[in-house]
Amino acid sequence: MIMISRRIFLQRMSVGALASGMPAIGLARADTDVRLVLVILRGAVDGLALAAPYGEGKYKSLRGELAIADPGQHNGLLKLDGLFGLHPAMVNTHRFYEDGQALVIHAAATPYRERSHFDGQDFLESGANKSGGSRDGWLNRAIGPLGGRLGDQTAIALAPNTPLVLRGANSVSSWAPSQMPDADEATLRRIEALYTDDEFFATRFAQALSSQDIAGEVGGMGNRTRGNEAQQMKTAMESAAKFLSAENGPTIAVLEAGGWDTHANQGAAGGSLADRFRGLDDGLAALQKGLRHHWNNTVVAVVTEFGRTVKVNGTRGTDHGTATAALLVGGAINGGQVVADWPGLGNSDLYEGRDLYPSTDLRSVFKGVLSEHMQIPSAYIEREVFPDSSSVAAMRDLIRT
Amino acid sequence: MKIETIVAANRFGLGAKPGELPQIDKDPQGWLLQQLEGPPQLPAEIIRLPDTANVLVEVQEARRMQRAAKRSTDGEPAPDVVRKSGSIVRRHYLQQTHARFQVATATDYPFHERLVHFWTNHFAVSADKPPVSALVGLFENEAIRPNVSGKFADLLLAVEKHPAMLVYLDNQRSIGPNSKLGKRANRRREQKVGLNENLAREILELHTLGVDGGYTQDDVTTFAKIMTGWSLGGGDDRRFAVGTPGEFTFRDSIHEPGKQTVLGKTYKQSGMAQGEAILRDLALHPATARFIAGKLVRHFVADNPPPEMVERIANVFLESDGDLPSVHAALVTDEESWENTFGKYKSPQDFVISAFRAFGREPDNGRLVVGALDLMGQTPYRPGSPAGWPDTAAAWGGADALYKRIEWSNTVARLAGGRVNPLDLADSVLGPALGRHTRTAISRAESFDQGITLFLVSPEFQRR
Repeated sequence: MIMISRRIFLQRMSVGALASGMPAIGLARADTDVRLVLVILRGAVDGLALAAPYGEGKYKSLRGELAIADPGQHNGLLKLDGLFGLHPAMVNTHRFYEDGQALVIHAAATPYRERSHFDGQDFLESGANKSGGSRDGWLNRAIGPLGGRLGDQTAIALAPNTPLVLRGANSVSSWAPSQMPDADEATLRRIEALYTDDEFFATRFAQALSSQDIAGEVGGMGNRTRGNEAQQMKTAMESAAKFLSAENGPTIAVLEAGGWDTHANQGAAGGSLADRFRGLDDGLAALQKGLRHHWNNTVVAVVTEFGRTVKVNGTRGTDHGTATAALLVGGAINGGQVVADWPGLGNSDLYEGRDLYPSTDLRSVFKGVLSEHMQIPSAYIEREVFPDSSSVAAMRDLIRT
Repeated sequence: MKIETIVAANRFGLGAKPGELPQIDKDPQGWLLQQLEGPPQLPAEIIRLPDTANVLVEVQEARRMQRAAKRSTDGEPAPDVVRKSGSIVRRHYLQQTHARFQVATATDYPFHERLVHFWTNHFAVSADKPPVSALVGLFENEAIRPNVSGKFADLLLAVEKHPAMLVYLDNQRSIGPNSKLGKRANRRREQKVGLNENLAREILELHTLGVDGGYTQDDVTTFAKIMTGWSLGGGDDRRFAVGTPGEFTFRDSIHEPGKQTVLGKTYKQSGMAQGEAILRDLALHPATARFIAGKLVRHFVADNPPPEMVERIANVFLESDGDLPSVHAALVTDEESWENTFGKYKSPQDFVISAFRAFGREPDNGRLVVGALDLMGQTPYRPGSPAGWPDTAAAWGGADALYKRIEWSNTVARLAGGRVNPLDLADSVLGPALGRHTRTAISRAESFDQGITLFLVSPEFQRR
């Protein structure tokens, strides 16, 4: 079982160094039909709960009250393969997996090895190699070849403010629903004139107007959802689908959700974490529905800053860990497998005796998606998007051909 | 009028009220320094609020009833009971939020108030879940407000003993494995009890040394052992029934006994004294001084804090043994504080408070303020993490957030009902800092309303 995951893993990793003898490549216009959705789950999601290694002999004893029953049993995991099972709340994702439209990447982490959420998220979003790195995000750097000039709707954050992963030199937009009356056209024109001398305001205003135009055309996006975080995730995904389906709309959307920091009363098959997984899962289904035929060209990447401890803590939850799981979902995905260089859960296999060992650099997944799916030239990725990461090979065969 | 007056009123303060600038102009730095101790009396809105113990007991009782109803009907609790529990929490949250914004918009000690907000954000708890949501403002007024004119160590201790912080970071049930209760529970093979590292980690990472402060994972775990026992009285578990419900209680029965070594120093004290000792050491650590100086300079001066200024402020911190008035005064008297008139982009909260102040008004109720700030991305008292709200233009400068500010400004302008002359308003708030381009735009507006909108969304008003 472990051998199979490793073989898949090796197949998907480019073996050997990147061909350094390639000629300089001009920046070709990337394929604009493809869509990318990045979902950042903040708070360190328990990868061992998302995709549980039930096939490991020590799984049940190590996880204690957090262990979930085997596939086929009542409230059991949803089988991925002989070693892993998906959390039972993730029924839609399991369906995608069985249709070959989802991959689970496990034992993955950024290069970050401490356990601070904020630094961890910085690493996740900046793509940096070490701390004190850039103040901009890898996805912002990546959209250079795709447009991203003032007024170009290339990437949008479904939030009032721009998360770090989308901040940087390239202009991006953001959008969130409103409850306030619109400002009238005449006033908006004068505000535009007011901002002409101030680049900070001018760029943001232009992006906002552009997104408002799209939201206005698409319709049905006015009202703010009340409701818990799961409902909000679903609404945000529906909005993302609308933006990504709109003519001349963005091709990249970033969503975020917090509340995954399950230090206490985490639950197992049911409970607070299970409810969040269900919300995420409903959101992915809503996204597929909203994208219609665009789903075939879509990749959704669901990531988090690090994982959690293997063992339960004193308050029926888990503390901050290291390696975790990530999901790639979408019609463009070449899926139906768990990709992992699985380190195991034996005592000597754990990182610092407490966490799942990180055997895959998450950036290899990002590199694979950017090059295979977004058609961004590898040379550009290595030089601009993830500089100083030459030891991290792009994961291959993530995308259906 | 001096440009320093504008900086004092808008960057150090919370935004000028009508007629305030000429008063400040007499001595801008002096105006700030005289606010350091805060007003002689607490504002009435603060005094009226209930105290934490009462609210916590009320919320816990409601939840107890909710659980009992759930058990007895063998399924969903009766909707009344659920609603009651949630609405109690919400009522307290709205009351506390309203009080905070009433004070912020009306106060004549805006620099002091901004400092209170800064420290509340530094020691952030977030209204993510009950019962913390019902305590957020009480935490600010009980743990932070009385201590911003004293020593940092005393502020730190007050914070780490406050029930809101202990509940928010799950410390009240963190149990030392070798404590009396710990040994008994594990011997009986009950639900395994043990440590929760959350509070210890965040004290080191966010409250004192900072993430680069040089502590290790071992330090976190060991510090967590020291902090076991810092808990609350009452509670629905028989084991936790000692102590006054809702108040800080040190529980010896769950405190990990024995000496502990953290950051190379061994703490031999027993009981609560052990935690107090290490907290006092952390309060005076050079890394703490640098971390806090960096945050203060970022908040009051620039997103990229000038390193030499941070160094100067950190030295004041260390030399004064963490005397906060000395540190705050050093920010005011440092020349570099005054060099750039509009060094900072206002957070949504800054913007909304300064807008109310510009009109000489207070918000009528908490709901309005919560609604507006929620749309702009800064739900009051709800930063979503113990790191608090960010403090840079990049974090607050989302396109949509700007659009929300414009929509809100438009709504506010209409409410002014054509009675306020926008140029007069702009002059009374911005004085000589009002740029020619903006002045022209306002003067050419089609209506008073439109002129007010333009003033509120202008780069000069959006920055401080």
